[in-house]
Amino acid sequence: MFNANPFAELSALIPSDVMQMYLIVMVVLVIGGTILDMMHKKSAKYFFENAEKAKKSAKRTVGSGEKVGIAVATLTNEVLTSGEFSNPKRRLSHLLTMYGFIIFVATTAIMIFGLSSEAIVAQLWHIGAIMLCLGGYWFWFFIRVDVNSEGAKWYKLVRADIFIVSLFTTATFALIWSYLQSKGATGSVADMGWTTLFFALFIISNTTLFASVLWSKFAHMFFKPAAAFQKRTTVADGSRENLPQDFDLTDPAVQAKFPDIPEYMGKNPANMGAGIRRESPNHY
Amino acid sequence: MPTFVYMTRCDGCGQCVDICPSDIMHIDKTLRRAYNIEPNMCWECYSCVKACPHHAIDVRGYADFAPLGHSVRVHRDEEKGTIAWRIKFRNGKKDMELLAPITTKPWGECIPHLANESAPADSMRNSELLFNEPKYVAMNDSALPTLESNGLEIKEGVYY
Repeated sequence: MFNANPFAELSALIPSDVMQMYLIVMVVLVIGGTILDMMHKKSAKYFFENAEKAKKSAKRTVGSGEKVGIAVATLTNEVLTSGEFSNPKRRLSHLLTMYGFIIFVATTAIMIFGLSSEAIVAQLWHIGAIMLCLGGYWFWFFIRVDVNSEGAKWYKLVRADIFIVSLFTTATFALIWSYLQSKGATGSVADMGWTTLFFALFIISNTTLFASVLWSKFAHMFFKPAAAFQKRTTVADGSRENLPQDFDLTDPAVQAKFPDIPEYMGKNPANMGAGIRRESPNHY
Repeated sequence: MPTFVYMTRCDGCGQCVDICPSDIMHIDKTLRRAYNIEPNMCWECYSCVKACPHHAIDVRGYADFAPLGHSVRVHRDEEKGTIAWRIKFRNGKKDMELLAPITTKPWGECIPHLANESAPADSMRNSELLFNEPKYVAMNDSALPTLESNGLEIKEGVYY
């Protein structure tokens, strides 16, 4: 199962041109959905207005070299390692889902467009789907905020769940379909065959995932990095969204300005550890 | 004025839901972001504002400490054991920062174990003092307690 390209066997039923066309349609749907989403939520307008506001209250100008540094830091911290999450479980689940999705989509494209017939591609396709399932189900059953902070039951579905549900159902049905196909299972589910049934379910969830960008949070993968970059820029230019500075308590200038600090905490205050963060926020 | 949430900052972690003493911070069913379900019932206690790890909750401050239209934002740093406030006037010319300790000992390590303490004597039971209360806060028979009588002195300037 893991070494076999599931789309190679499928090409006997569906011509590869059709599969390639389907993939292109999905890409177009994502681009169109993201543009419509931006127009509908006015997120780009809000983003640039906010950036302009921050520029007005900036205390210093950020040079282009520094901007490159901020972009690199955003890439390594927020984008590649999901550093924005303060909850380590959410961060890990997000990393699994994100890298699983990237691997899954990239290997699907490689296999359908016939760019490589190496077994490693098929193996990566399965690994990507498994990572998606692990991250997705972990999030769905335990970490999701409705369940964790509001006490809602895991089976309570709302429109906001389109993205995550279609994501893990795509991966789950893909794995089941690949397994059944490798076993040659074609038995009768009203004469349609188990393999065909799960392939149909895979296509339905996959189409839902890529066609529902306007209503789901799919587009976050494009605007989140921009927002993270902007957040870092406000720290660098001193506007800090009107937030206070991150003071160094051992700095003599800070101690002179705020004499309570050395008086009550000493010249070199200890790390006080976690306070309310010691317990996860699920006392609903 | 009641709290409000910057939707682009909130990640729905639930810290505000957990800490709100009035139980009015909830997670929106559609957007999965926190919001104040009953602004009329908000006391502006700032618990959620301080607890939010993403600074996604804000409050429009009243005119009793700065002219209306100002920004009052806070950063509670648990590891450093401090709280920092920044008050910026609406014209942007007055920009004040405050920093104060919120703990002097590591969190959760110095909680008195009352069960291990010896039982109070009758004199303690009949006293108006509370457990571990400094003596100088209590009234005595001879006179009102003063700073001098307790060996304390007032310092110059604003001191808190």
